[in-house]
Formats: sequence, C-alpha cells, structure tokens
Amino acid sequence: MKLAEAAGLFLAFLARLITGAQGHWYGCPPKAEQRIYFANHQSHFDWVLIWAALPGDLRAVTRPIAARDYWTSSPLKLWITREIFNSIYVSRQRTDDQDPLEPLADALQRGDSLVIFPEGTRGSQGDPQPFKSGLYHLAEQFPNVQLIPAWIDNVQRVMPKGEVVPVPILCSVTFGAPLQLQPGEDKRVFLERAREAVVALRNIH
Amino acid sequence: MGALRNLTIGQQVGLLFVALFGVLVVVTLVAFSRTLRELTPDQLETHEQFHRDLRATWLGAVLFWISWALGAVAATLLFGVISFLALREFITLTHTRRADHRSLLLAFFGVLPLQFVLAGSRHFDLFTVFIPVYVFFAIPVVSAFGNDPQRFLERTAKIQWGIMVCIYGMSHAPALLLVDLPGYADRGAFLVLYLVVVVATAQIVQEAASRRLRRRPVARAISRSFSWRAWLIGSLSAAFVGALLYWATPFKPIPALLMGCIAGATGTLGEFVMKALKRDAGVRSWAGLASVTGAVGLLDRVAPLCFAAPVFFHAVRWYFGLR
Repeated sequence: MKLAEAAGLFLAFLARLITGAQGHWYGCPPKAEQRIYFANHQSHFDWVLIWAALPGDLRAVTRPIAARDYWTSSPLKLWITREIFNSIYVSRQRTDDQDPLEPLADALQRGDSLVIFPEGTRGSQGDPQPFKSGLYHLAEQFPNVQLIPAWIDNVQRVMPKGEVVPVPILCSVTFGAPLQLQPGEDKRVFLERAREAVVALRNIH
Repeated sequence: MGALRNLTIGQQVGLLFVALFGVLVVVTLVAFSRTLRELTPDQLETHEQFHRDLRATWLGAVLFWISWALGAVAATLLFGVISFLALREFITLTHTRRADHRSLLLAFFGVLPLQFVLAGSRHFDLFTVFIPVYVFFAIPVVSAFGNDPQRFLERTAKIQWGIMVCIYGMSHAPALLLVDLPGYADRGAFLVLYLVVVVATAQIVQEAASRRLRRRPVARAISRSFSWRAWLIGSLSAAFVGALLYWATPFKPIPALLMGCIAGATGTLGEFVMKALKRDAGVRSWAGLASVTGAVGLLDRVAPLCFAAPVFFHAVRWYFGLR
C-alpha cells in the first residue's frame, strides 16, 4: 500500500471517529455511476465528511475541487490534495481567455465523479445561499451525468469558522434523488430548484 | 459454592469466561431456533430488537475478554473509547453554541484521557475528586472566555452533566477492575462482571415485571412503564442474583446481597433519568430513526452502568474502609 492510500484510510477513519460520517442514501443507492454531488457548504470539513461517507471504492473515483492558489502553496497542501484526494484545481482569478469550468469538464470527460459546493463560499448557519451558475453549465454540457443533491447536517458544530481542532459530534450526509435539467429550463429556475432539492433533505432523517 | 473459592485465581477466571460464553452460546442457539418458526410481524420486531441486544452483548463479552487478557492498560483504554463514543452521542443531542467549542475540546481531549489515566494508574484519590471539583470549575471558565452570555448556565450545565455521566460514571468501571481490595488482588474482573450482571438483571426483570403488572406509572410524562413495584422487583432480583454470585466477590453473602440491591436500584433509576433526558432532547431512543445523526444507541446501553458504577465503587471502598 502506498503512503497516500494509507493516509487516506487513516483520514477516513479519523473522520468517522470524530463525526460518525453517516451516509444516508435516501434518494439513490451508492453506485459506481458517474455523478455530480452538490451539497450545502458550512465548513472546511464538508468535503472530508462526504468523502468518508462514501463507500471505499467510490472514494477513488469521486474528486473534490480545490482552489489552486491556496492548495498548491506548500508541498504538504499539494500532497494532500493531489495524492490523497486527487483534487481538481481551479483558479479563483478569472482570466478572459480561459473558462473556469474547463478542468471540471475535463475530469467529467474522463469519467470521474465530482463533489461541488455551488454556494461558492461557506455560508453561516441557516439556509444555503443562492447557487452559482457552474452547476447549470455542467448539467447542460453533461446531460448523462447524474446530479445528486446532498445535505450535510451538523458539521458547523464540529468545526465552526476560525477553529482548528474539530469537536467530536455526530454528523450525517443525506443523499437525495437525482435531479435532471429539463429541456429549455431557465438557468435561474434550475438553480433555485437544485437549491430547494438540497434544503428539502434537511428534514429527512 | 464455597469450593469455588479454593480454586486458583487463574482457574476461577477461566471458569468465569467459560460460563459467560457458555450462557451466550446457549441463548444464541435458542434465539436462532426461534427464527426457524413462522413469526408474526409483531414478534419479528421483538425478535429483531432482542437480536440487536444479543449482538451487543456478544461484542461486550468479547471485548471484556480481550481487555482481561491484555491487562489493565487495555481495559482502561477500552472503557475510555466507550466513554468517548457515549459522550459524542450525548453532546450531539444537546444544544451547544459556538462559544462552547473550547470547553467541548477540553472535555473530549483533556478531561476524558486524564480521568482514565488516573483510573489506570490507580490514583484513586485524585480520580474521585478530579471531575466533581476541578473540572466543575474549569469548564465554565473556558466557556465564559467564549464571550457568549446567551443561555450560559444551561449550556455549561449540560456539558457538566455529560462529563459527569459519560466520563466520570464510565471511568469507575476500569477503576473497579483495578482497585486493590484486601485479599482480593487481581480479581477486579469479577467485580466488573458482578456489577454488569446485577445491573442487567435488574433492568430485564424490571422490564418484564412492568409489562406483566401493568401498574400505574409514577411519572407518565417520562416513562409509561416505570412503576415503584416493578422497580422494587427488579432491585430485589438484582440482590438475589448478587447473593448467588457472592463466591466471585470479596463480600460475604449478606453484603453481596446488599451490594447487588444498591447497584441494581441505581442502575434502573439511572435508566429512568436517561429516559427523561431523551424526552427533553425529543428522541425516543438514542438510536431510533428520529435522531438527527444516526447515533448508534450506545448511550442507551451504557447509561445504567454509568450510574451504577460510581455508587457501587464507593460502596465497595466504604465497605472495606479504604481511604
């Protein structure tokens, strides 16, 4: 076993020890289909939680998105995001000649699954903020990839903004039924529908 | 049964585990044979519940055996992990705010390990007062530095309570394992087993009695099954079983009877208090579907032990006049 694999297993174990990382597959079974999971974003811990809640063989093909300027700034950060999580790097600065979604589209073309947080930034408590349009463009470009809404519960209590050490509190990830972009559906209507699909999972336990 | 006392310690321990696993095997076989018959959905549910409990008992027995085989350090570690999981479940279902983050960290990563280290290293004087005195003052101080006065008393009280039940109560189980009683060295496992058996007996008998008797519940809003008579029957049967097991303990038959009664009575009362707590948190069982986070229901199983262990531990120490 390689070091990165072992570190990944250890990290998943740690996440389970601290949060339980319960995955509730409410609307779809955990299958090795190509998927885009989209979830509410409350804490740095969100990605690790979704990742730990996935079955082991899905972890290898499900990739997060990392900000290039931050996560490549030191060798350790680079190693964690590249070797353990196999992240997709996107740059936060927009340049005119480059589509920011291009790395994501590349990964989807290769058949990988993605986890995205369409709110863009970490929200405070309460309802998620309006979704950014990236989800819509991906859904348009890749109609065959399943869009799975997910609600992450309780994680803001584990590690509130500004804290470094997580407190052990049980969390869960509820996965909902796949969403489809309707033909000719307006961007804003679709994004609102997607957001509501995520929020609706809050009350299912 | 006096002859059993003449065996060597090793033989007695061996006998204990043979008996324990023998009983478990028999119960499992009987339970399995029952599944071969047709069952009504109602029976099936009862059976599934029983099956879950049985699995938990198996796990507990195996862990108990492993911890015994590996010695004091492993046993302390094992109970420490259980305490950690129980506290995790407790904190999940209580309302805490951002400002409590540091005190929660202190509880999980400071108080918990330290308390079990104190138990494992047999510092029973400090072990007894560490949480009720020092941690009692430390937690609100740390919480107050969180700079949030909203519901301050309520929040700290809940954290204190969780620490008291999940860490303090639970840590008395390894302490029983390690306490040195005159003429009873290296046989702490019997004391722990005695405690577990007696508490379990009280619980099971009380449950069965309340179903059979259908008395008026004492506090309907908290538990529909708890009645004084059922509680008394449970405690008395715990006393009876305790007296039967006297050969395995450092007590004479009458004190063994009394100790069994005390442990059984506190255990079942502890379970009753836990029910009130669950009602407050709005869940029926720590495990059930209603719980936010899919807690595993560990707290349900260990709560009676958490209540009974400290009382029993100090009763034992007092009985032997230990300081």
